[in-house]
Amino acid sequence: MNREDFNMLKNNIVYFDNGATTLKPNCVKEAIDDYYDNYTANAHRGDYKTSLIVDDKYEETRDKVKKIINAKEKNEIVFSSGATQSINYIVFGYFKYKLKKDDEVLITVSEHASNILPWFILEKEIGIKVKYIDLNEDYQVTIDNVKKAINNKTKVISLAHITNVVGDVRPIQEISKIAHENNILLVVDAAQSIAHTRVDVQKMDIDFLVFSGHKMYGPTGIGVLYGKYDLLNEMVPLNYGGGMNALFTKDGYIELREVPTRFEAGTPNIEGVIGLSSAIDYINKLGINNIEHYEQNLRKYLIDRLKELDFVEVYNGNNNIGAIAFNIKNVFPQDTAIYLDKYNICVRAGNHCAKILSDAIKVNNTCRISLSFYNTKEEVDLLINVLKNNKNIYNEIL
Amino acid sequence: MNSNEKRNIILKNYQDNTNRKDIEDKNYIKINSRNTSCIDNINIYIKFNNNVIEDIKFNGEACVIAISSTVTLINNLIGKTKNEALNIINNYEKMVDGLEYDKELLKELVAFDDISKQPSRKICATLASRKIKELL
Repeated sequence: MNREDFNMLKNNIVYFDNGATTLKPNCVKEAIDDYYDNYTANAHRGDYKTSLIVDDKYEETRDKVKKIINAKEKNEIVFSSGATQSINYIVFGYFKYKLKKDDEVLITVSEHASNILPWFILEKEIGIKVKYIDLNEDYQVTIDNVKKAINNKTKVISLAHITNVVGDVRPIQEISKIAHENNILLVVDAAQSIAHTRVDVQKMDIDFLVFSGHKMYGPTGIGVLYGKYDLLNEMVPLNYGGGMNALFTKDGYIELREVPTRFEAGTPNIEGVIGLSSAIDYINKLGINNIEHYEQNLRKYLIDRLKELDFVEVYNGNNNIGAIAFNIKNVFPQDTAIYLDKYNICVRAGNHCAKILSDAIKVNNTCRISLSFYNTKEEVDLLINVLKNNKNIYNEIL
Repeated sequence: MNSNEKRNIILKNYQDNTNRKDIEDKNYIKINSRNTSCIDNINIYIKFNNNVIEDIKFNGEACVIAISSTVTLINNLIGKTKNEALNIINNYEKMVDGLEYDKELLKELVAFDDISKQPSRKICATLASRKIKELL
């Protein structure tokens, strides 16, 4: 649906790598152009008209983010460069000062590197322990396994809402209930879910949430850190400079600005925020429920068609949302990706930043298809036809 | 050599598992080569007899270009002295970079001469040669 909104789709490509980044609708580009053409100025600085427009647009976007995730307050939204920076901020700005030696953080082996490596570093720095919630036979997180993994040292559970390879949807609301009954804080990486299903931080009772703008039809370099206000109020800024201080004196006294401004030192990514604003409007116009419904149907169609091919192995056909990981049997996934690229079909090959997942699924590398609402059954049919001709694969790529 | 002949050599060597195995023997030196920008990852095992490369084995996961160029290179290097091997690799690198090189010396490795026109595949075609050169 709405393919006409994306100029990239006029380039005769089948774009199946939406988990890496989504294409950008024209309205996002136009919003950024409008900023550069008609009201370029810095934010929170000037007393002139264009600068005030920037301030309004910047803060209006914070409000739109608040609404799209149903945060309680607008000041619970911090702009970052993306989900990775947001998680790093949470780990090194908050938990570094709250956790102590031997406290345990629960993750899974299917998390993205950005939700593993910061915890590993904190483990080295202050002696916390990173532990893993076991996955079931479909590589999913079950409530039973969450309960089993919790002990009296567990202080944090940090999980993707939807994982980027397995594509399973975690039961965040139930996990958060168990977490909070045990005085555990819940960090959720919504990078793979925010553009595909409803995320409601109040209903799901999430303590910290992160996501990136570029995976939700916005520009690269902009992301969001959501935190409950009381938690953000205790988070330590990692960047110091302009915009985040209220006062400083010669003797080193610093008074910080309020939350969340104190976490946004320096000139922010204004074009990114303005682009994100337009992307949120765009998603709202389409309706997240419509998007989810369409993508689920298309995903089911894709899985059914892939299952017709006995030379293709699908690793996560049982999930109903998120990425599809597959291989042509006995063909290296990168060769498959290069072959598909000959037909302008873009898929990702590799371990998808989930390097320790291979221990669980016993396959190091896969091809990944991640869908968007602008993908179609006709595109899936083309993929299947090209895969059916895979006897030609080496003739085509060599 | 036309493109069909080149393709046939690349495919023949891709499917040749003669030297594709892990080695536990301590007389072999083990080196790992991987491309961090993609997912090629192989272990190479080299056995020297004084100045001569007596044997090379390898195993791992990589694309058709990386595996086949590894097999083809290994076939060429076994039995060569270190200096001869270095000379072959230097010529191979020149070919991959699109420079003048000695075709006679490279034998079947010339099947990969089109790589010079595909900059993104250079790291695949030199997965083994880079690390073996370091060792030499």
